[in-house]
Amino acid sequence: MLNFTLRRLMFTIPTLLLISFIIFIVLDLAPNDPTGNLPLTIPPEVRAKIRASLGLDAPMYIRYLLWCQQFFINEPLNLMNEWFGWCIGDCENRLRVSSWATRSPVVDLIAERMPQTLWVVGMSYVVGIMIALPIGVISAYKQYSWFDQAGTFVAMVGFSVPTFFTGVLLIVIFSVWMPNDSIFWLPSIYDTTHEVTDWSSFVFQIRQIAMPVMVLALYNAAQISRFMRASMLDNLSQDYVRTARAKGLREKSVLLVHVLRNSMIPVVTVIALGIPQVFGGAIITEQIFKVNGLGQLLIIGIEGADIPLVQTLTFLFAVLIVMFNLVADVLYGLLDPRIRYD
Amino acid sequence: MLDEKKKPLVQVKNLKMHFPINRGILKRQVGAVKAVDGISFDVFEGETLGLVGESGCGKSTVGRCVLRLYEVTEGSIDIDGTDIATLSGAELRAKRPEMQMIFQDPQASLNPRMTVGSIISEPLDEHLNMSKAEKREKVGELMDAVGLARRFADRYPHEFSGGQRQRIGIARALALNPKFIVCDEPIAALDVSIQAQVVNLLEDLQEKLGLTYLFISHDLSMVRHLATRVAVMYLGRLVELGDSETLYMTPKHPYTQALLSAVPHPDPAQAGNIDRVILQGDVPSPANPPPGCTFSTRCPRAEAVCKQNSPEWREIGEGHFAACHFIE
Repeated sequence: MLNFTLRRLMFTIPTLLLISFIIFIVLDLAPNDPTGNLPLTIPPEVRAKIRASLGLDAPMYIRYLLWCQQFFINEPLNLMNEWFGWCIGDCENRLRVSSWATRSPVVDLIAERMPQTLWVVGMSYVVGIMIALPIGVISAYKQYSWFDQAGTFVAMVGFSVPTFFTGVLLIVIFSVWMPNDSIFWLPSIYDTTHEVTDWSSFVFQIRQIAMPVMVLALYNAAQISRFMRASMLDNLSQDYVRTARAKGLREKSVLLVHVLRNSMIPVVTVIALGIPQVFGGAIITEQIFKVNGLGQLLIIGIEGADIPLVQTLTFLFAVLIVMFNLVADVLYGLLDPRIRYD
Repeated sequence: MLDEKKKPLVQVKNLKMHFPINRGILKRQVGAVKAVDGISFDVFEGETLGLVGESGCGKSTVGRCVLRLYEVTEGSIDIDGTDIATLSGAELRAKRPEMQMIFQDPQASLNPRMTVGSIISEPLDEHLNMSKAEKREKVGELMDAVGLARRFADRYPHEFSGGQRQRIGIARALALNPKFIVCDEPIAALDVSIQAQVVNLLEDLQEKLGLTYLFISHDLSMVRHLATRVAVMYLGRLVELGDSETLYMTPKHPYTQALLSAVPHPDPAQAGNIDRVILQGDVPSPANPPPGCTFSTRCPRAEAVCKQNSPEWREIGEGHFAACHFIE
């Protein structure tokens, strides 16, 4: 397993380099202009100077290699300096990947936005899983019962109704129709400056996080509960379940020890493959509830043609996706004794 | 026959297992697959009752009903004085140690994520209070009994060959010292050289532990070798039941005659001389069995009466039963 992991990690290096190059080409071919949002009164020659100051007059491959140097060498060195205080080379004037719009280093921007996204989107993923697993298990065990039918209906709604609809619907119900003094009233805007210091501020945090989390959790739960149900059904009809019953085991141990453990193998890998999306943020939901997370950062970057920002964010998402694919494969090998990679 | 040998351990009376067929938008029941349709038989202590018949005739369903792995539609199953057809969950579980099953597919019937040791010891956890060391010792004994090396206890089922896996299945079935074991085609998934090993193992264990078997198979020569008595099944019903030797030498029911004449002859030179009874047509659907005798559609001796009246299940010789209008 260790050899397999190391071998796979080695292969990720060329993969990720190729991905970063493709992202760079696509962004370079895109017809947006970082000076496009500036006032029309700025004469063209000034615009050209602004573009030159951003380094846009250099050939494409030079710009790519510069980004590579900044991202793969300068940024890690800077991190080492900040975390451990190791200063290697010229750590005062090192060139970092900086956003064109805000002029601040992209990595710092991401670090600022990461906690909000991880709290809101990560929480929704956890809540979604916690809702989905029992629903999937019970739906499969009582196949075609009213519970299963209701679960199927909710899953279909969760799948097919987009978050920009459910989000706004929840705002209308819980922020607009609901009277302000009701305990069910929820704020429609997520306040990222809010700090949890005591009980009442903790309650407020719960209230403001409730709606975005539920909107995303419905969507996640819909997917995972279907996987769970299908996997349980697959295993419930297996012969070894009959063997377990013939042993005279309690129905609970048949279900939880035999069926559930085997059914979790594909579900765990699906969950692992979904984790990069948590980091990627939920672009639409973050917009609706004004959560200034990574999804919103990406949208702002795209609108302003902030190429270093978009390039770096997209590349980090690609890294996460590649890594969690590897994690899913390793988990699969750990959970299923029939699979050996070495 | 000696009287003390004739003590029935298992008494099945009028067993019926109908699987509902649901169709339409509202999934209403429109019929039933009559997999087992009113069969009765006894299994005596210490004997092996062979149950034979062609694919899809309901043999395995009988085996599973007898251990109540299905909820039976009708009938009673008396095992050692208790009718298990009506027992509730907890009582049934308490009864499980006495009756066990060896399954057909040794690959699928073992949980792929459990080690052999935990597969065998799981029933011990559930039904007995044993210390860890006792359990390990018991697992070791069982593995010795079925001819598996003790060091295999930490391996997973997929690391074994078919024959070894079936031995694991047997060890698991023996873990709680059962009296009665249903062997549901235990050798069908194994190749011939391994079949003999497993059958011999089953015989040895029967002798050592005084087990009673219901041996379900479509391998007629294996059943002849193993069984004390043999029951022949056709389309959810028994057609003939008798002592193994009598039944094989002088089959009475036309279906038994046809079935036995299909057994290949060991000498190819002689094979051409056998007078085979070749049945015409297919087995009718158990969802819609023919009226009267279910075999009447394919029986070479069928007459008008067969299509109207179902033949009675009656004793035609000492301990020899059959269901046919024309047997004297």
